[in-house]
Amino acid sequence: MTEKKLTKGNIALAEGAIQAGCRFYFGYPITPQNDIPEYLARNLPKNGGTFIPAESEIASINMVMGASASGKRAMTSSSGPGISLMQEGISYLAGSEMPAVIVNIMRCGPGLGGIAPTQGDYNQAVHGGGHGDYRNIVLAPGSVQEMFDLTIRAFELADKYRNPTMIIADAMIGQFQEPCRLTPEKPVEFPEKPWALTGRKGRSPRLLKSLYLGDYEQEEHNLFLKKKYDEIQENEVMVEMQNLDDAELIIVAFGTPARVAKTAISLARAEGLKVGLIRPITLFPFPVKQVFEHSARVKNILVVEMNTGQMVRDVRIAAHKDAAIHFYGRPGGGFPFPDDVLGEIKKALAGGAR
Amino acid sequence: MYYDVIMAGFGGQGIQTISQIVALAAIRKGLNVTYLPSYGVEKRGGRTNVTLVIADEEIGSMVTNHPKCVIAMDAIAVDKYQSQVAPRGLLITNASLVPESMLERKDIEPLPLRCNDEALALGSAQLSNMIALGAFLQRSGILGIGDVESVMDDVTPERLKKTIPANLAAIRRGIEIAANGRGR
Repeated sequence: MTEKKLTKGNIALAEGAIQAGCRFYFGYPITPQNDIPEYLARNLPKNGGTFIPAESEIASINMVMGASASGKRAMTSSSGPGISLMQEGISYLAGSEMPAVIVNIMRCGPGLGGIAPTQGDYNQAVHGGGHGDYRNIVLAPGSVQEMFDLTIRAFELADKYRNPTMIIADAMIGQFQEPCRLTPEKPVEFPEKPWALTGRKGRSPRLLKSLYLGDYEQEEHNLFLKKKYDEIQENEVMVEMQNLDDAELIIVAFGTPARVAKTAISLARAEGLKVGLIRPITLFPFPVKQVFEHSARVKNILVVEMNTGQMVRDVRIAAHKDAAIHFYGRPGGGFPFPDDVLGEIKKALAGGAR
Repeated sequence: MYYDVIMAGFGGQGIQTISQIVALAAIRKGLNVTYLPSYGVEKRGGRTNVTLVIADEEIGSMVTNHPKCVIAMDAIAVDKYQSQVAPRGLLITNASLVPESMLERKDIEPLPLRCNDEALALGSAQLSNMIALGAFLQRSGILGIGDVESVMDDVTPERLKKTIPANLAAIRRGIEIAANGRGR
């Protein structure tokens, strides 16, 4: 077994990108994700890659698009305001079916906000952000090891489905350190790219575009994309579930709140309170089936987020109609401590839905 | 085994260094560790703190507001974290900078150490963090001097390698003071 190294979340993600075969990074600095470009500026060229500090986030995402069109693995990373600037490009990537990995180490907002951790960009990543009828694949690491492993997975999924994949993590996940295995668990997958623009000499021409002006052409394209999103929903859900067998309350949380919830659940169980956890690792595809099945049995759910209530809407849609859904949120750079969550567990077990 | 500690002071006191030593030594011992540093606008002399959780089981929360131990290297750190120490927990303070009158809680174990003075007596004020680290090792019991010795080379940058013996001497001094009771 390779030795685990004490590694910062952002660094694990950057190293994961290199080991995933990412050879093009374009970005513009913003806290709290600057460790990523700093690491890649030093290490990507050593691995035969290209690092370009772009003049803006709009330039970054369009450079990613160019590299992606040529079949190369490309990534950009930013936070809040920078990700907002990239939304047009992300929509174009989705429309043209180009793979790319976009990382958002979330800082609090709206506006320039602050550099403290948040999960305020859940809706932006999962339910749009850019224009048009599209979905991002969205991954939500909950540990430093997952910052590494899910970055590799993000590139694989992006290529497999020819779709932008976002990794969203609150700044705490980006900044904290844990022991991490910095080698892939299994060989990295490199799907063929028979669509890539590599020079047409000796083959028929290829075209990547997101413009459809003919009668019903765009509708047909949208329905085709929908089929792809359904396939992703069917095949790619990743979820961690703990202590559900005897649970009388289920916490649903991702990222830092899920970590805090695990400690709160231990505290609760020490007091005889039977609480379990569902931690979505993919936010799209959302673990709809898992939430439905367990909420049909347990009927008492507590959603914990670092925002004023975003994923809770997806939980409401997925949950059994008889389930009571409670919510505890800390927005704007606040985060829950384990005893805060324990207090909410007791409230939820005592009373009706809010 | 589950142990959480917050180490706090001002930039330059070596808070991150002793946190790194503890974290690496714990990992080397096969334990799980989370290391959460304060982050933000970097400036010399600014506030710095680290929350460390060390356990032989899976670690959930990397944040804690009832740590078993706080190491407060100046008065501002005592002001901020004294109230958070878990009942019967340990509060190690740098008595060279913290008046003992600040130590108000009766339900925790205070351990005031004159870290700066002890360090100066060993030849350099820069060893004050190692005095605190030694006391932490002795009182927490989660790691021994041997565990720490084996990682000193890894955490010490090349240009500072020659300081390792002095650092180890300061850690031993911290252990000795803590073992002999109060650190005055």
